[in-house]
Amino acid sequence: MKYDIIIVGGGHAGCEAALASARLGNNTILVSSNIKNIADMPCNPSIGGPAKGILVREIDALGGEMANNIDHSCIQVKMLNTKKGPAVRALRAQGDKVLYPKEMLNTMNNTKNLTILENMVEDLIIEENKVKGIILEDSTKIEAKAVVLTTGTYLKSVILCGDKKTESGPHDERPSKFLSENLKKYGFTIQRLKTGTPPRIARESIDFSKLKEEPGDQKEWTFSFFNKPLYKYQNQISCYLTYSTENVHKIIMENLSKSSMYGGYVEGIGPRYCPSIEDKVVKFSDKEKHQLFLEPESKFYDDIYLQGFSTSMPHDIQEKMVHSLPGLENAKILKYAYAIEYDAIDPLQLKNSLETKIISNLFTAGQINGTSGYEEAAAQGLIAGINASQKINNKEPLILKRNEAYIGVLIDDLITKGTKEPYRMLTSRAEYRLLLRHDNADIRLSKYGHEIGLIDDNKYKIFEDKLNNIDQLFQELDNIKLTPTEETNKKLEKYETAQLKDGITLKEFLKRPEITFDTLKELGFIFDYNDDVKEQVEINIKYEGYIKKANKEAEKLLDLDKTKIPEDINYDKIPNLASEGRQKLMKIRPETVGQAARISGVNPADITILLIYLKKENKND
Amino acid sequence: MKETIAAISTALGVGAISIIRISGPESIEKVNTIFKGKDLNTAESHTINYGYIIDKNSEVIDEVLISIMKAPKTFTTEDIVEINCHGGIATTKKVLELVLSTGIKLAEEGEFTKRAFLNGRIDLLKAESIMDLINSKSENSRKQAIEILNGSLSRKISSLRFQILEKIITVIEVNIDYPEYDDIEIMTKEKVKNELISIKKQLEKIIQESENGKILKNGINTVIIGRPNVGKSSILNRLLDEEKAIVTDIEGTTRDIVEGNITISGVELNIFDTAGIRKTQDIVEQIGVNKSFEYIDKADLIISVFNNNEELNAEDLEILDKIKEKNKIIVINKADLKQKINLDNLGNNIVFTDTISDNGIEQLKERIVSMFNLDKLEKSDYSYLNNARQISLAKEAYEIIIGVENQIDSEIPLDMLEIDIKNAWEVLGKIIGETYEEELLDQLFKQFCLGK
Repeated sequence: MKYDIIIVGGGHAGCEAALASARLGNNTILVSSNIKNIADMPCNPSIGGPAKGILVREIDALGGEMANNIDHSCIQVKMLNTKKGPAVRALRAQGDKVLYPKEMLNTMNNTKNLTILENMVEDLIIEENKVKGIILEDSTKIEAKAVVLTTGTYLKSVILCGDKKTESGPHDERPSKFLSENLKKYGFTIQRLKTGTPPRIARESIDFSKLKEEPGDQKEWTFSFFNKPLYKYQNQISCYLTYSTENVHKIIMENLSKSSMYGGYVEGIGPRYCPSIEDKVVKFSDKEKHQLFLEPESKFYDDIYLQGFSTSMPHDIQEKMVHSLPGLENAKILKYAYAIEYDAIDPLQLKNSLETKIISNLFTAGQINGTSGYEEAAAQGLIAGINASQKINNKEPLILKRNEAYIGVLIDDLITKGTKEPYRMLTSRAEYRLLLRHDNADIRLSKYGHEIGLIDDNKYKIFEDKLNNIDQLFQELDNIKLTPTEETNKKLEKYETAQLKDGITLKEFLKRPEITFDTLKELGFIFDYNDDVKEQVEINIKYEGYIKKANKEAEKLLDLDKTKIPEDINYDKIPNLASEGRQKLMKIRPETVGQAARISGVNPADITILLIYLKKENKND
Repeated sequence: MKETIAAISTALGVGAISIIRISGPESIEKVNTIFKGKDLNTAESHTINYGYIIDKNSEVIDEVLISIMKAPKTFTTEDIVEINCHGGIATTKKVLELVLSTGIKLAEEGEFTKRAFLNGRIDLLKAESIMDLINSKSENSRKQAIEILNGSLSRKISSLRFQILEKIITVIEVNIDYPEYDDIEIMTKEKVKNELISIKKQLEKIIQESENGKILKNGINTVIIGRPNVGKSSILNRLLDEEKAIVTDIEGTTRDIVEGNITISGVELNIFDTAGIRKTQDIVEQIGVNKSFEYIDKADLIISVFNNNEELNAEDLEILDKIKEKNKIIVINKADLKQKINLDNLGNNIVFTDTISDNGIEQLKERIVSMFNLDKLEKSDYSYLNNARQISLAKEAYEIIIGVENQIDSEIPLDMLEIDIKNAWEVLGKIIGETYEEELLDQLFKQFCLGK
């Protein structure tokens, strides 16, 4: 068998990588150990949220699938942070765990150039540090020009529950036992990570009268810039809220040593942002209660996901804990919580393009790179798929900068800082969050999606029309003047805004924080544009000063990214580097001087020395 | 885009012309905002332009010549502006501060040369030596910075940064990333405002202390003035305890500024004696008189001497007028002679001295101690912001905080204002040279119980 590109794994990273590769015209095969688990959501039933929701929009703008797929399979949608500024708003949807994978599989089955194979991958074919294909467990070889590894939590995964340790992936699936050993053999540093998932409760066993309902928004939204809403807000399914009690905390403290974590059965490092309930009780002992969300998993079955209650306690203790929760006194646990340990590689061994530094044409994406989360996985999968395609077609890789996309922040963080815990995207990781808004992901990235070939001309036309409308509306606002007549000023009193002394354009008027398009409408200025066009115009007018400042800062800081560092640079030959800086540079081998400057321990003097050295080398050449 | 940088590029010396060099894409535009004269934006390359450096209130700081040299035919191949200042050390520093206040950054050691090299202006062979230089200089300045900052001020800045991080940034960030946690406090503008007031006060204090620090490091520039022959030089001599200035009965003997140093309560007093101030036809003497007036402007302290034995005349009144806004001590000399002077308009900061004994000199010293709180200055603690860079960073952070405070009551959302607050936090981090990038995330997860 011979293909252009092989994708190993069918999770969120694998699906995006496979679709991108196939859509770009490469003969693609996706190998999954169980086709039933393609695009599976093994943990929480939601997609999006702060920072993550912006990742989903970015995936859409680049021509990926996640946004479209969740638009077709959501059961509840909320816009978060609406009372805050535009930079931090984000969409979150509750996804249907049956519909989401079904839609994705359907899309993949209808994609040209894409084959799906059910099998277990055991090794890679490698010649002269270049990947040539994969070897299946029955020793079949599949050749390819590039391979993308998106193995999720399946590398040597172990499920932990109390003192019980089972070699297994999620859903009792077989783990991949040999691939990570083989990766180690090729020179990859393997680290052990851990995550966990809470119990699932039967809907009919819950007393909802004791819980607080958390409905979706009374308005329809979409993740994709190209979709119209596909649901009616009245048809959404609610989530519910409850709290842990002192009694639960008591049970946990009394049985602490029985949990896998506190009993010492876990070697992997878990994420700080996703602590188990026992962690919360131990580390924040002064808190009387912890918030727990009950989230429906699907409209086709009855499991309710108990968000906030992930644990590695044995089953009998879990029963006691759950039954002490208000509303869950008689709850039936359909699936017990567990912790899972798995192998990941050290992302410092990756390039910006997600190609590994050790083996060329080998790409990795998702949890194997040390991240956590469906959105983080999908974003990397898309980039890995695109760049595998670019590589075998002799094109430049797509590399997004930190001021262009959360995806850029994600990848730059991984390859520059590495990670010791499963990495989750957070707003606080993005220094240019004002530029990386969910509302302008298309404006930031569609051009790349189009250039590469994942956004077709029809879609691009829709985007270009939007841009034209934005320009036009700007001009209209600039051309209309508001004159300081007595009548106008009287009207303005209502809006608690300063009286006009001189005539100002509507554009200047809209700069006032208290003035919106709705105000203009009430003053008789009606603009017939879509809401998304108005939103862009308003944000850009209102926050012009902030945006300009952020752009300027970004330009200054990213100036150093323009200077590339040759792959074969010998840091030992550069005199005067401080020893810590030299060591870090040798370990991480940054691709640009900008990346070098972001490594902690590399000081500004080292950067200057590096710049001078590179300049000198260039001249010598 | 490269940053625009500035530094004083001549050796500092009293009375010498000093040059401030500015290089980078914004140099012309930024200097133009503090320049009164022709519009520098329209000036031709390689021209010299006459005018004044003015401050925010349009007050003239110095009369200058400004050279405009446009890229690429310059030392660094970037746009270069050179300001030729005429006003001596204090004025040059003031001009530099003004330049920095426009957003131009203080150049690091060797940075002009570094740019010249990187932009291809300097010979390849020099590369190695520049690298040596940068390394040793940066190592030195790093050590220096650590030495200077390991005292209480560094702790103060650290704790101020922690306060900003813990009380404002972390809470706002957690509200953004975890909007549905009802047990996490929601940051309100009211709370931020209260924090900002406290932060502002602390920053004010830090800047004030660094001014005190300046006194500790540079001493108090003290100028003795008065009409000829009222006994300025003898006061100086008694302070210095040596015959330095020539003391005669002939008016106008002291034409040059005589300098001496004494230490009072551990603080250096740099004393400048001046030519007697009077109307004169003698050109050489007139220069001395003018210089005396110049010194009044730059002094931290003025000791103004009057003759007890004479009534105030027009020249005395002119002196009193010149120093009315200044930090001053009035010395009534020749107190052993008959009092003819009317003390009514001289204020109450008066010390009496006589011509034949040391009477009053101790009192004069005590007065200086109490004016500058010298007894209360913590002299063992040399941990003040000691260089222009650190002070300009502290002031930058202060300005940002003021800016946020001014906008806090508008409709601008808190998370937008927080971008500026974070910026102030980072600027303060630069002073102590430690910015740990994971600091924010660490604090976030330490302070709050988050996750699913």
